[in-house]
Amino acid sequence: MAETTKTADSAKTAPVAWRRAGVERRSTRAWRVRGSAVIVALVVLAVLLVPPLVQLDEQAVDLAAKLQPPSLAHPFGTDDVGRDLLLRCVYGLRVSLLVGVVAAVVATVIGTAVGAAAAASGGWFDRVVMRLVDLFSSVPHLLLGIFIVAMFSPGVWPVVISVALTHWLSTARIVRSEVLSLRSRPYVDAAISGGASRWRVAVRHLLPGVLPQAGLAAVLMVPHAIWHESALSFLGLGLPTHQASLGTLVQAARGSLLAGDWWPTLFPGLFIIVPTLAIAGLAGAWRERLNPRRRSELML
Amino acid sequence: MLELQDVTAGYERRAPVFRAVSLSVAPGEAVGLLGPSGCGKSTLARVAALLHRPDSGRVIIDGTPAGGWRHRAPRAQRTAFGVVFQQPRLSADPRLRLADLVAEPLRANGRSAEVTETVRKLTARVGLGAELLGRRPHEVSDGQLQRACLARALVLGPRWLVCDEMTAMLDASTTAALVAVVEEYRAESGAGLLAVGHDRVLLERWCDRTVQWGGLGASLTK
Repeated sequence: MAETTKTADSAKTAPVAWRRAGVERRSTRAWRVRGSAVIVALVVLAVLLVPPLVQLDEQAVDLAAKLQPPSLAHPFGTDDVGRDLLLRCVYGLRVSLLVGVVAAVVATVIGTAVGAAAAASGGWFDRVVMRLVDLFSSVPHLLLGIFIVAMFSPGVWPVVISVALTHWLSTARIVRSEVLSLRSRPYVDAAISGGASRWRVAVRHLLPGVLPQAGLAAVLMVPHAIWHESALSFLGLGLPTHQASLGTLVQAARGSLLAGDWWPTLFPGLFIIVPTLAIAGLAGAWRERLNPRRRSELML
Repeated sequence: MLELQDVTAGYERRAPVFRAVSLSVAPGEAVGLLGPSGCGKSTLARVAALLHRPDSGRVIIDGTPAGGWRHRAPRAQRTAFGVVFQQPRLSADPRLRLADLVAEPLRANGRSAEVTETVRKLTARVGLGAELLGRRPHEVSDGQLQRACLARALVLGPRWLVCDEMTAMLDASTTAALVAVVEEYRAESGAGLLAVGHDRVLLERWCDRTVQWGGLGASLTK
């Protein structure tokens, strides 16, 4: 109530400035969303279509063409053993995206289950679980991730496990608070009074309320998971070096960067940054849709 | 007979909202409970409908003590109450269409076969047009939604109705219509009513007996 009056008052005193800011904001956001959607669509098409359609071996070594700067034959140039960097980047993006999506989904499932269980049972179980979540959250993600990958030999799955196990904590918190807030609504009281079992209340009334939040958390987690995969691989702890991923590409390019060859670092670097920002941009738009009150506050 | 004996309830054990309140409603009787806002009327209504566990005291339904609270209450005891809340927006699941909202208690009790017939009858009774049944809560007005919530409360044929400020959000004509539906239902089923509110004029016209909050033997703690 107080907020509405406040906004109305400020709209009265400075209507022009407010509206103009609102319009600009709205249109830039629309463009950001469209741009993000285009980039994400291109990325998905590239990782799905390029490997089956382009019958080229991304690991084919051509020592005669090593460290070529970008040209028509090799738009992104070649690396220190003459592999085509455009092809390596697309394959690397494929692996990184796979790791990111699988890790994000696993982390969301764990987080949702833990958060919902904590909220539903309450009492000492809730307190113990949430203090454990706090404990794990206090350790830097990357450090914990390194600790976990170090227990396995290099490969895709240790990285997925490591990223998933370090990223479910925030989802557990979000889902727990969401379930707690939904559970105290009068419509849950009405359902109980109507004879609904615990299971029915959970599946019919609570879960549908939590799913959008959990889905959003999953999408927001994908870029984060990709950055973690890249960071682990860059440190030499993630994927084996011959397997192209965005992290291993940047790691392999370190030596050539010192020699003044910029392209083996720049293009994989852009491949890490641009798609992840695009995914985050789409997720941001989704979040604003889910939370219209916040959107209207932003727009006014 | 619905009896509340020496009920102390609240949301924090050390600071209950009220202490040692007793109240009884006879079958077929309409009891109005009047009190200022924040005194604990709604909490008492939730205790009466087995939706809130009191810190101490007893609730006795037709001679049988309540077997538990919320999900722990036996289903037969829980469904003996039809509850209507103050704010229809909050008491309707935003994802359910009005027809499903009214049918939900039938489905929860494995009586899906009766849904079509019962929902048609009840929604006509509370004055909801057929064109509204496919809409979701955000697409109807407060009054229309409260009509659906009343239909939901009546759908299982409860022996006790608990109306917690049922008409506080409504205009005079909708209030009159909903009260008439409640009274019609009570006349044919012999259900008892506990109506909570702060509108003295309304409750005194509606109920056989109105009780002022202070006259319950309640010692208020805040």
